[in-house]
Amino acid sequence: MNGSVILQQFLTGISLGGAYALIAIGYTMVYGILRMINFAHGDIFMMAGYFMIFSMAVFPWYVSIPVTLAGTVLLGVVIERVAYRPLRTAPRMSVMISAIGVSYLLQNLATYIFTAIPMAYPSIPFLKQIFQFGSVSASLVTLVTPVLTIVLVIALMQIINHTKAGMAMRAVSKDMETAQIMGISVDKTITYTFIIGCLLAGVGSILYFTDRMTVYPYSGSLPGLKCFVAAVIGGIGSIPGAVVGGFLIGISETVLVSLGYSTFSDAFTFILLIVFLLFRPTGIFGEKATEKV
Amino acid sequence: MKKDIKKRNTILTIILIGIIFAYMLILQLNSASHSYAISIIERSAIYAVVAVAMNMLTGFTGLFSLGQAGFMAIGAYVTAILIIPVESRPTVYYVNGIAPWLANVSLPWWLAMLLGGLIAAGFAALIGFPVLRLKSDYLAIATLGFAEIIRAVIAAPGLNQITNGSYGLNTIPGYHSIFTPVIVSIICIALMVMLLRSSYGRAFTAIREDEVAAEAMGINLFKTKELAFIISSFFTGIAGGLLAIYMRSIDAKTFQVTLTYTILLIVVLGGLGSVTGSVIGAFLVMGGQEWLRFFDEPLTIGGVSIPLFRAGFRMVIFSILLMVVVLFWRKGLMGGREFSWQGLINLFRRIPQLFRKKKSGEGAKNE
Repeated sequence: MNGSVILQQFLTGISLGGAYALIAIGYTMVYGILRMINFAHGDIFMMAGYFMIFSMAVFPWYVSIPVTLAGTVLLGVVIERVAYRPLRTAPRMSVMISAIGVSYLLQNLATYIFTAIPMAYPSIPFLKQIFQFGSVSASLVTLVTPVLTIVLVIALMQIINHTKAGMAMRAVSKDMETAQIMGISVDKTITYTFIIGCLLAGVGSILYFTDRMTVYPYSGSLPGLKCFVAAVIGGIGSIPGAVVGGFLIGISETVLVSLGYSTFSDAFTFILLIVFLLFRPTGIFGEKATEKV
Repeated sequence: MKKDIKKRNTILTIILIGIIFAYMLILQLNSASHSYAISIIERSAIYAVVAVAMNMLTGFTGLFSLGQAGFMAIGAYVTAILIIPVESRPTVYYVNGIAPWLANVSLPWWLAMLLGGLIAAGFAALIGFPVLRLKSDYLAIATLGFAEIIRAVIAAPGLNQITNGSYGLNTIPGYHSIFTPVIVSIICIALMVMLLRSSYGRAFTAIREDEVAAEAMGINLFKTKELAFIISSFFTGIAGGLLAIYMRSIDAKTFQVTLTYTILLIVVLGGLGSVTGSVIGAFLVMGGQEWLRFFDEPLTIGGVSIPLFRAGFRMVIFSILLMVVVLFWRKGLMGGREFSWQGLINLFRRIPQLFRKKKSGEGAKNE
């Protein structure tokens, strides 16, 4: 393997990792606040793919992108309102089962409405421009993804650390009851969290599917699980952690595929998860939590 | 008085079992014309075993594991590989050929199934060490990941000569009689019920209720959890073997996450912590999936075709049903209780009362 091939693979890996990182942030934020795995997040990401297909059929790309993002956010907020809010005081297992139920519903709904046949993802001509650097060629989306990811994460960190809503989010994730006593509207804060998570999942979806070209009803489930693993590896609840985890998984997956182990690239993610849970359950950036009786 | 009730319950149970067996005998004797009903009953019985096994973990021990599809895959593949007739193996493995050491190994179906269960249990023991130390949601994701790993390994080109890779296995000899899968399922469920009623079963429930208190009572947390996990996986593996014989052809795609979700739907619908609930749930869900097939057919009422009815609508209804159960009826059908004749009789007695209450309520409104 020569230098340019390695560089090519590295670019692909970073691009995939960027999309993963954006989805992983949604997982980590929801887990940080609600202490639940939002199993439906991967399927929201899949639905965003379909939204883009249908809005691109009507609008030009610069209108379609905001339409898609709005649709994704709306879907996420509705799911939170209908399926998670009524179970706020229920045992954690019920909430998790509800999340699985939503994921099952979205997959079946997508199969019903859009059929199981993969649909072609519209190509945005602007993102598909090919750049040539010596022997390495890359489309613009490959270069834009990591940059956009970093920019969005920095913006998100600013929101969380320096705005009132961000402060409320931090407070609710630390202690929901005390936050409520302090006059923070917990429901509103959770809605904000879902809005941000789904917005990023929508952006991630556009970047991911522009590279993949097709969407089918199950195209969200495996990336969803992988991104949750990325969030766990980075340290659940930590946004920089989710980004690092996303890039780590994206790059290692690309490396495995380029070495010819593509059948194991999915399994590797979960092996990585089990190794991490064994030796460093709090992840790379996670804080050590003490067990209270 | 108490003796009378007991006697009545025994008689009712015997009558019920008699009716069920007579029904199955009628189906079996006319198996050509009743093949559809037979296949639904067989499938329900098989799913009942997995559902009870999952309930043993999720409902009784409080361990939320989502690895069912993986353990079923292990059981199914072990069983299938060992019972495909030796003479038809060259046609099954026509692409890559079969590994020489395996080519002539053949076992009777029940021994193969038992071996499948044991191997699934062995994997559970191995995976249990790292995974069972995790808290609820991490456990769910780790077992889900494990099931995905199993699926990737089965489809891996390196194992082509054993699992036939992505081509799957076919020409698995099927059942000759409806009684075979039903009786195996009854034996499996009976064994699990016996375990749940023993001191081990009490320990499982104690862990579900409060881990710290259970530990203080002298229960070895890790050992007991590992035991529940291994035994549940053993029966899941056996159910996988049953499913392989039932389906007669399997591949890695048979054992996707969706399979685990279907089993979860059965368990939640039947009620977490209720064995009879899981059995009833299995029959309802499997039967329902067949009976509700008309949702997938185009429907015309009075010359107007209703656009909602087309392929896939059935599964949408099913997932909405799951959501309704989770959100509004969290206890499921049985809600942790077991089926009893007294409960059924009380239910029937309550029905007229409900009407009376409603009527008096309406009367009050009118006044």
